[in-house]
Amino acid sequence: MTSITGLRDLRRRTVPPKYIPVLVTAGLFVAMFVAGGIRYDNFATGQIILNVFIDNAFLLVVAVGMTFVILTGGIDLSVGSVVALATMLSASLLKDGWPAYAVMALVLVIGAVLGLAMGAIIHYFEIQPFIVTLAGMFLARGLCYTISTESIPIENQTFTDIAQTRINLGGDLSVSPSAVIAVVVVLIAAYVLHYTRLGRNVYATGGSEQSALLMGLPVARTKIAVYTISGFCSALGGLLFAFYSLSGYGLSAVGMELDAIAAVVIGGTLLTGGSGFLLGTVLGVLVLGLIQTIISFEGTLSSWWTRIFIGLLLFVFILLQRVFSGGSRRRTP
Amino acid sequence: MAAPAPILRMSGIGKQFPGVKALDGVDFRLLPGEVHALMGENGAGKSTLIKVLTGVYDIDAGEIELEGRPVAFSSPLAAQQAGISTVYQEVNLCANLSVAENIFIGREPRRLGRIQWKAMRRRAAEILARLDLDLDVSAPLSSYSLAIQQMVAIARAVDIDAKVLILDEPTSSLDAGEVAQLFRVMRRLKEQGIAILFVSHFLDQIYEISDRMTVLRNGTLVGEYLTSELSQVELIGKMIGRELADLEKLEERPPAREGAPLVEAEQLGRTGAIQPFTLTIHEGEVVGLAGLLGSGRTEIARLLFGADHAGTGSLKIGGEQVNLRTPRSAVSRKLAFCSENRRAEGLIPDLTVRENLILALQAARGWTRPIPRRKQDELVEKYIAALNIRPANPDQLIKNLSGGNQQKVLLARWLILEPRLLILDEPTRGIDVGAKAEIQRLVAELSDGGMAVLFISAELEEVLRLSHKVGVLRDRRLVAELDNDERLTTDTLTETIASGARS
Repeated sequence: MTSITGLRDLRRRTVPPKYIPVLVTAGLFVAMFVAGGIRYDNFATGQIILNVFIDNAFLLVVAVGMTFVILTGGIDLSVGSVVALATMLSASLLKDGWPAYAVMALVLVIGAVLGLAMGAIIHYFEIQPFIVTLAGMFLARGLCYTISTESIPIENQTFTDIAQTRINLGGDLSVSPSAVIAVVVVLIAAYVLHYTRLGRNVYATGGSEQSALLMGLPVARTKIAVYTISGFCSALGGLLFAFYSLSGYGLSAVGMELDAIAAVVIGGTLLTGGSGFLLGTVLGVLVLGLIQTIISFEGTLSSWWTRIFIGLLLFVFILLQRVFSGGSRRRTP
Repeated sequence: MAAPAPILRMSGIGKQFPGVKALDGVDFRLLPGEVHALMGENGAGKSTLIKVLTGVYDIDAGEIELEGRPVAFSSPLAAQQAGISTVYQEVNLCANLSVAENIFIGREPRRLGRIQWKAMRRRAAEILARLDLDLDVSAPLSSYSLAIQQMVAIARAVDIDAKVLILDEPTSSLDAGEVAQLFRVMRRLKEQGIAILFVSHFLDQIYEISDRMTVLRNGTLVGEYLTSELSQVELIGKMIGRELADLEKLEERPPAREGAPLVEAEQLGRTGAIQPFTLTIHEGEVVGLAGLLGSGRTEIARLLFGADHAGTGSLKIGGEQVNLRTPRSAVSRKLAFCSENRRAEGLIPDLTVRENLILALQAARGWTRPIPRRKQDELVEKYIAALNIRPANPDQLIKNLSGGNQQKVLLARWLILEPRLLILDEPTRGIDVGAKAEIQRLVAELSDGGMAVLFISAELEEVLRLSHKVGVLRDRRLVAELDNDERLTTDTLTETIASGARS
């Protein structure tokens, strides 16, 4: 028994390995912020960070849903298309004179139902999530064009009010309602993941679906639930995107699923599932947003440099995951 | 022994699979506070009996009574809720979650739907303390060894108010110290009145821990015995139902033969896996590797087979300097490697015996040159007969074969290639005495036929019985190379492993 106690003391003194990826991302974010502050005037202000939240509120919400899915070891490629579908539906229904809140409720329900359907197909027919959500992606994108191939402007009073409102936080700081919604979604999701059975079942399913099943956990319900959550979050992200752009367009949010996946991975969540934190995802979105901010401050750089940096970062973080998970994975057969 | 009322009684159990009678009129009872060993060869019906009991299969005949009431479980979950918990050979827990969560997930203490983490950790520590374990319950399960993980699985099982605990080959991947720890936990549970059904292929362990045993053979009951009243030889006789000639014939060790050196490893090593070692394997020689779990046995095999890249040193095969980059190049030089993990790395469960047998040969020929069906049948028939694979039906799916027979198929697949060096990593783990003897005899025959064999096993007796030369490993270092003469015994071998000194 002494050897076990000895090991335990050793472990206490160091940071648990599961927190390392999140800490690395946090460190990166701080370093980028400090570097930006040194290089540019007017950069190192609280408003810059708040602007990142404001400009990426929709991505944050979508990435929250994606985190649930990836934690179970799955993937959801349909999120970008569902975002676009949500903007299109909102814009066209509002144009037809529907009340704003009814539109919001309907859009959220449709997103959740789409997710539910994909989750059910994935689980009951045992089909790869990649393929099912790829089909969902084409379906949702195609549905956008049945509504209209053109961009539809949103002129509804409620939507423009939400888009233009700024909530003052004291000092010179202010945020948009969308950013507040995104933060609330993050807090709720973090609570669900950490303090509810559903959340723990998500981690267990991602750790080993087979074991989770043999431990008597409701794997079916969990898997379907995460895709439903992701569908719901995508629809909500779509609404936030509609507030942000005040239009609906079938070509919006193309490739957003990849941004969301990138944010989740940079946030330290393992693509194989079972390990990761929502805080990491938030940091991942912030890092992506801050890269864009820095490039816009630089002025001369083309916006494509964002992609290049994201690509490089992804490489680094995937390698990091390999290093940190490699050691412990070998022991378990 | 004045027996108390049995907690579990199964009577006249029958179970039929297409074409096979897996169980036929089997009676079984389990008394509270005993460790009861279920014995039998592979395919005798042990697993089926356990699966019937835990609700994985339903029964075709007979009845099950738990505490005097007839029961029928529709699923393992239902059995668990009734107090019958099972811990399998593979640890079925989530290694990414903490120890405490693994014990409690699915029934976490909650208030208003919010998981009470503090209460959960405290109760987990209490349960583990009942089993004499002191672990950091908030550490992830993956930070503990397989043995500890197994005990966490047991902790989870007994917390569900278990009356019956089934341990299905829990010791097959544990080393001696870990087994002792497991047995301590088992004794502790026994004192608490839990009935334990224990399955293991290690006879010594059975005799150390069990009070009573039930022997099955070919799906029928042979009898129930007190462990103290049945000798090991008698037990084996009852299990395999034939004389022990097979086992004893091997007792006379094959004479050492001096062939040409086939594989010469010179200061071969890989950082983090195995320190540089020098080892020569001659034609027709059986070289045993002995050492504890994780001492570097498998790592040597993987280096010689090119599954891992050597960092240092050189390797000669048949006198020719080679650089094995992949297992493919090793195969083309007539090396064969039977890995210890037959389920994950070797067999394809959904293919038939024939297809699994032919696989390596077909791969060696290339996919453009299919093996004619007649040739296939010929080969398959030959090896099924030579290795006594049962059932002798080439079109049976591999997953329906017992562990020992799966192992034989895997062996046969490599033998078809007629290798010059056969590397066997734990070929007899988790298989029964009869099949074990057959595999051992086969190894002896192959080496007599001129094939070199690298034989890795956790069982020192087995290594001693077969090898001409034994390499001893400790802490990822080859510490000694001992000729297997009369002076070498399991005791001296154990001593060498323990001291790590060159004797």
